[in-house]
Amino acid sequence: MSIAIETEEAVTEEIDLSKVDALIEPYIGKKEMIIPALQKVQDHFGYLPRSAVEQVSKRMRTPLSRLYGVATFYAQFKMKPRGRYIIRVCKGTACHIQGSPKIAERIEDILGLESGETTDDLRFTLEEVACIGACALAPVIMINDDPHGRLTPDKIKDILDSYQ
Amino acid sequence: MHEKHLMICGATGCLSSGSHLVEEALIEELEKHGIKDKYRLVMGGCPGFCEVGPIIVVYPDEVFYCRLKPKDMAELVEKHLIGGEIVERLLYKGPDVDAPARFYDTIPFYAKQKFNVLRNSGIIDPESIDEYIMRGGYRAFTRALDLDPPAICEEVKQAGLRGRGGAGFSTGLKWEFTNKAPGSKKYVVCNADEGDPGAFMDRSILEGDPHAILEGMLICGRAIGANEGYIYCRAEYPLAIKRLKLAIEKAEAYGLLGENILGYGFNFKINIKEGAGAFVCGEETALLASIEGKRGMPRPRPPFPAQSGLFGKPTTINNVETLANIPLIVREGGADDFVKVGTEGSKGTKVFALAGKIRNTGLCEVPMGITIKEIIYDVGGGIKSGREFKAVQAGGPSGGCIPNELIDLPIDYDSLNQAGAIMGSGGLVVMDERTCMVDLARYFLSFTQKESCGKCTPCREGTKRMLEILNRISEGYGEPKDLETLDSLAISIKDSSLCGLGQTCPNPVLSTIRYFRKEYEEHIDEHFCRAGVCKELFNYRIDEEKCTGCTACVKACPTDAIRGEKKEPHEIIQELCTRCGSCVEKCRQECIMITPLGSEADVSN
Repeated sequence: MSIAIETEEAVTEEIDLSKVDALIEPYIGKKEMIIPALQKVQDHFGYLPRSAVEQVSKRMRTPLSRLYGVATFYAQFKMKPRGRYIIRVCKGTACHIQGSPKIAERIEDILGLESGETTDDLRFTLEEVACIGACALAPVIMINDDPHGRLTPDKIKDILDSYQ
Repeated sequence: MHEKHLMICGATGCLSSGSHLVEEALIEELEKHGIKDKYRLVMGGCPGFCEVGPIIVVYPDEVFYCRLKPKDMAELVEKHLIGGEIVERLLYKGPDVDAPARFYDTIPFYAKQKFNVLRNSGIIDPESIDEYIMRGGYRAFTRALDLDPPAICEEVKQAGLRGRGGAGFSTGLKWEFTNKAPGSKKYVVCNADEGDPGAFMDRSILEGDPHAILEGMLICGRAIGANEGYIYCRAEYPLAIKRLKLAIEKAEAYGLLGENILGYGFNFKINIKEGAGAFVCGEETALLASIEGKRGMPRPRPPFPAQSGLFGKPTTINNVETLANIPLIVREGGADDFVKVGTEGSKGTKVFALAGKIRNTGLCEVPMGITIKEIIYDVGGGIKSGREFKAVQAGGPSGGCIPNELIDLPIDYDSLNQAGAIMGSGGLVVMDERTCMVDLARYFLSFTQKESCGKCTPCREGTKRMLEILNRISEGYGEPKDLETLDSLAISIKDSSLCGLGQTCPNPVLSTIRYFRKEYEEHIDEHFCRAGVCKELFNYRIDEEKCTGCTACVKACPTDAIRGEKKEPHEIIQELCTRCGSCVEKCRQECIMITPLGSEADVSN
């Protein structure tokens, strides 16, 4: 029986699995290293393609159900391809009381996305993060590795425009 | 030899304000004058004062430059480094000082602080083991090698150190339990899964002084008889992970980690595990499950990890800040010094992350027993924008709020518990009159509800039901019996949940009801949110007497809901207003009031 996890691979090109074995080689035979192995695979593909997880399952001799059990538990693991730019809206307490919901709303309006979704052109993925620890600059968003702090909704459009 | 040392804050807060650009500009200026080799530049740890970042401290002159921009570097190099004259323009200025302040002793933010845990942060190069050793590092560990393991546990017990991660259990006692547990294989685990939104002290310690954590773990390993340790660190902290890895490499190269350390026959190795994003993994049994490669779900205790922890072996789990205290306690005469600071039941210092509507955001380390008032007004510089202080949330989603009436409360484990909050990891989020307490409770609960692992029913279902009620109240559909229902749900969840997440997650709701019941009742009975946060429950109105007709709000309004001629009082068309608040941000006259629905009355005061 197959697991009902939607992976939407139809939208991506064929998954090249040739690197998977080398990526997880150091973890073979170590059941406690499932999470680092999946992290490596995700670092490579940007998400966890179903076929790659199947490969990990075979090589690590671990049931697919267990791998998906772990992968779906942790927020870090993504089952769908993500955009070139990952927007992380900080939803920490300091950001919340300084107005992060309004920031998120503006981004959602401009991009027509809800949290967790990706634009059709794979340009942006919108995510929420519990706290990035830059509370002094609240409200903050991160776009890939760039933090943008002390935001107001009217600054959002220009920031997004600078990521093409 | 270098003539001067320039410490540039390279922590996340300052990086977000552009400290890397400042560094580039500084290097460029130094190269232009051909004097780069005379100075030592360190992208170092955090001096804590994020509000005024980016920061450069020049040693040995001890001059604290802040709010720097790349274009300031030319002046700093020419005037200070070459000319030997302090650039007064770039010193700290604020409403709390009369003249520009030069350094720690004259900047009010630092005046009441006491640096124990942050002793090296911003002073040493976190990537250099030599600098850590020069500041007395690893001396406590070498002393521990000469001590009997139970004697080490005893010293930590005598020092009265309590866990800095939340619950405040005696660290020495924890060590003693693991030491006495039978078995030859034991583990030390450092909990660096700092998940509380609004707390970032552990990251700052890891980034600024990673060897202190390694030393703390080594001493713990010696005390409990373990030869292996794990650091479980959030993957969201890449810089911390990088510096820890480097620190481990250096310590191995110096023979401070590995086999037969310093010839004492003691072996110890440290592994790093990156978390994968689950708040519940801050709970110790869930964290252990995660290290073992499983879903991070907690299990019932007993058996406690001291008996059966990682891979079923006796394990001590300590938080980052707790471990950073250890070298101070175990060094010669350390325990005696340690107890001199703090209160009867809470010894030493605590690092707090100050955030929210406070003037001086950042990290501060203060003696236990300091009052909330001192933290907020002396260290924190008071409320931003001059509004009224309303409450402070202590302990994140597991903690509670402390209202204005209790502002003289001393901060220690026991007084916070009595007030319905907890020490937690030490996040202090300050709120003013524009923070809605119902919304705050709803915010925390929506966080814990999402993060609930789903294993036990009270937490999984109970938080959901509570959140539904809070959502309803903030949308204007609250019912009079809701407060009673919330109360009884909260108590059952606290009593019957499996782990710390469930047992503490109703705290924000209970404490806001306890101290701000009137605000809940206003939401339910009058459909009014006086803080102007719950969008369905208020109107914005322009105070015609204050409005100067500057049209700033008209331009800011995304829905064209504001009408009015230039220099004439404006008006908000309620049907079009989405209460996005853009106008409030732009209005310099503060003439946009928060009023009850369908009323003309001014209640903003």
